[in-house]
Order: sequence, then C-alpha cells, then structure tokens
Amino acid sequence: MYTEKVIAEFTNPEYVGEIADADGVGEVENPGCGDIMRISLKVEGDRIVDARFKTFGCAAAIASSSMATRMIRGMTLSEAWDLSNADVVDALGGLPEPKVHCSLLARDAIRAAINDYRTRRGLPPLEAGPSGCCEGTKPDNG
Amino acid sequence: MNDQAERPVYMDHAATTCMKPEVLAAMAPYFSEHFGNPSSLYRFSRGSREGVEGARGEVAKALGAKPEEVFFTAGGTESDNWAIKGVAAAAKKKGGHIVTSAIEHHAVLHTCEWLAKQGFSVTYLPVDGYGRVDPGDVESAITDRTVLVSVMTANNEIGTVQPIGEIGRIAHDHGVLFHTDAVQAIGAVPIDVAAMEIDLLSLSGHKFYGPKGTGALYIRQGTRIESLIHGGGQERGRRAGTENVPGIVGLGRAIEVATADIEGHNRRIAAMRDRLIRGVLDTIPDTRLNGHPVERLANNANFSFRYVEGESILLLLDAHGICASTGSACSSGSPEPSHVLLATGLTPEEAHGSLRLTLGDANTADDIDYVLRLLPEAIGRLRRISPLTPAEKRVQEAD
Repeated sequence: MYTEKVIAEFTNPEYVGEIADADGVGEVENPGCGDIMRISLKVEGDRIVDARFKTFGCAAAIASSSMATRMIRGMTLSEAWDLSNADVVDALGGLPEPKVHCSLLARDAIRAAINDYRTRRGLPPLEAGPSGCCEGTKPDNG
Repeated sequence: MNDQAERPVYMDHAATTCMKPEVLAAMAPYFSEHFGNPSSLYRFSRGSREGVEGARGEVAKALGAKPEEVFFTAGGTESDNWAIKGVAAAAKKKGGHIVTSAIEHHAVLHTCEWLAKQGFSVTYLPVDGYGRVDPGDVESAITDRTVLVSVMTANNEIGTVQPIGEIGRIAHDHGVLFHTDAVQAIGAVPIDVAAMEIDLLSLSGHKFYGPKGTGALYIRQGTRIESLIHGGGQERGRRAGTENVPGIVGLGRAIEVATADIEGHNRRIAAMRDRLIRGVLDTIPDTRLNGHPVERLANNANFSFRYVEGESILLLLDAHGICASTGSACSSGSPEPSHVLLATGLTPEEAHGSLRLTLGDANTADDIDYVLRLLPEAIGRLRRISPLTPAEKRVQEAD
C-alpha cells in the first residue's frame, strides 16, 4: 500500500537524531493516533543548515519526518515555514488516504521548531494556523 | 540489516493458513466431474450431495455433534452473525439481553452493537490482565431477560483460551443459550459440544488449512433460532443458497486432518513458540508478552515493545520476508489500537507497540532462528528513531 519511495525513506531515514546545540526544537503529538515527532534545527543567518528528527509512529510518519527534514535543509526559515504537507506527500510519491494525516505532523513539528527558534531570539512566534494533524477530523463547517 | 538474505517466513496463521495439498486434492473433483447441484433429483447429482454430507459428518465428528446439527455457511463471520441475530430474533418475546465479552472478534461485537440499535441490551464482560473472562462475571451478568451468552473459545489476537466449559454450564444453569466463536480454536483446542455445554459454535475453514469462504455453525438440536439467509431450502431449510460444494468438501477434509492429533500438533508448535517467546523476552528489553502465560493457543505469541509502533515493526520484518501482524491503530486505519489489548489493561502506547506472530505447520526451527535474529535488530532500529526511548536505552541499543 506504500510507494517504493515511502518504504525506502522509512527503511533508511537519513537525518535521524537530535542536534546537541540546536537553535530550535519542536515536538508535536497527534492526539488521535499517538504519533510523536521531534525536530531540531541548526540555523545560520536565516537558513537551516541542519535538521534532525525523532519519530514515534508508523512507516508513513517516519517516512514523512525523514523526507521533511531532507527538504528543509538549506531552506530559509520562511521557506521551511511554508512547506506544506502536500509538498512532503508529493516528494514521497503519495501516501494512502488514511495516512495523509501523518505527513501533517511533520509540518507542525517544523513550525513548532521555527517558533522555538524565534522565541529564543525574543521574536514573536508566528501564527501556526489550524493544527495540521487534526484537519481530517474537523467538522465540514469548521 | 539490509545485507542479510531475505527468506519468506509466514507467521500470521491466525490471519489465514495455506491450504493443505490433500485438501486441494479432495476438492478438485467437485469443480469438475461432481459439479451437479446437490438439490437436483437426478442420479448425476448424487456425487456432490455425498460430498457435502461426508463433510458434514467430519465436522460433526470433530465437535462431538450429530451431522444434522451442522450447517454450512460462507465463513466465521456469517456463522457469528447467524448465531447471534438468529437467537435474538427467535427469543424476542422473552426479552432482549445478550452477554458477551469485551475481547470478542468484530464479527460478534459489531453484530451485538447492531442489535443494540434494534433495542437489545448487551453486557460486555471485562477480562483480566491475561485476557480471561471470569465465569463469575458471566453468572452475575445474566438476568431473567438474558437470551444468549457469547464468549469466544480462544482469542485471535492474544491467543487466550477461555474457560468455555464453565461458562457453558453457568449459562445452562440459568436456562440461557451459549454460543462460542471457535474460529481460532479448531485444531488447537479439543472441542466436545456436549461436555462443554455449547449450543452454538462458529468455525471457519481457512483458519485450519481449509479453503476461504467456507464455515459452519453448529446448532444444538432443539435450539430456537431464526434463519439469516432466506431463499431456497438448502441446509434443511435453515441456510439458503446453493452449497459451495468444493469448499464444503475442502472444509470437511481440513477439519478431519486438523483434529486427527491435536495434542501432538500442539506439542510440536508450542515447543517452537516457547523458544520464540523466551528468545524475544531475553534479548529485547522493555518487552512484555501479551495474553495468558499458559492458557493460550499453542501457536500464538503476542508482544508489546515499548517506545515503538507496530506497523513500523511489521514493515521492517516484511522487508526481510517475515509476515506478522499488529494491534496498532496505524495498520488498521482505525483511530483506536486493538480493543483486545486495551481491554487487558495495556496503555495505548503499549497497544501501538504490539506484534503478533502466529505459527503454523510449515514453520521450522530455522524460521524461529531467523525471527530471533531479525526482530531485535528491527526493534533496536526503531528505538533509535523514537523520541520516547530513554537516552540510556538508546546507548544500550546502539550498534
């Protein structure tokens, strides 16, 4: 049910771990399925020079985390903030519909890490918008 | 772990089994030479009729029942639906209360939930930490409106075997019918419907090396039950539809083989299973065995590995040819992890980190070695990725 890219990313995730002297750390949990993702960033100027993740969750969650960290390395903070879960899903060659919410966790963790970076520098956190990981369960009129 | 040669190891026999060659051979003539409709009157159809009745005799023998108490269905799910809805419909005047357990298969649970919407009341009995129903709880749950007690013989996820005989006796002491879903138990737990005081029993062919899409419901003579499938007069007017003759013949042959030497079969399988359990618990820290240590199916091993998620384990094993299953929500597409594991008191995190390995006839000692080599690597790998793994454990796990 997973694409080969998802399986490859899940089986050999590249940027696993934590950055000891990280400039920003974000941890988010999906209250629905219990998945947890922690992402840490190293920033130089306004560019992400290192990104590492730790994830508790299914193959889709691990693959999305891995792909997302791969994608934001080298991005400016504002580019990384705008990374959408659709970008991550596309880069993975697609995810099965019930697994799409797993990719939202990665976006939320990146945004949490960026806001942590901003807070540490005395900057106001950016408005994170609706929590991504629960979009699938929001009522239609919400 | 990518450089190791892959070898296919099927350890998901609770999901389904590979049909035995002798079963396939028994079925073959009923696709071709004996293709007649068993209901037809001409002599040509005698072959298929005899095939069906021979199979009925084998099922009856395996259960300690009479052939006329065995009714063929399209599988375990239909048998469960028929038993519960059929008894409920027939007993409506008396009242509408059903007693079942929290760890039943969805074929029972969702049927009871549907009946609840029709106005029946249902008591879901709790289980202990090993997944056992307390017969005392059955007794206290029965009221004068209770029409049926339905408790599975053995659980499909954790393998726990229930005190069926005792539960049957309690139901009968109160004049209540007793149904058991024995889908996982045939060929593993010796069944005697008289001694165990069973009124209705569901079974499924593909769980004991028979064909998929076949099943049976044992109905004790004199049991008041409505039909589920209406139509022609097959199965003595109680289950309509032209018989799946090859499938029924295959089920008959399969149950004959599966119940010929249950004790010997269990001894062989349990020896491998016990080595697997010991090996896993000895080599992987922060691991628990789910289910009962002794009162469990000979082929069932179910573990919870802390800090990791089951679908991830399953896919890493799959990459090496090992077929297993998990009670994690992430594999089923439902938001909740296994209702069985939660009912035994596991936290959602522990339930998410569950892995079920169910052995079968084709498994060998080499298969056990292979799993014991690859599983610790898979768990170690995922624990290094997991933010839940305590730092000191990660050092321990690192290679």
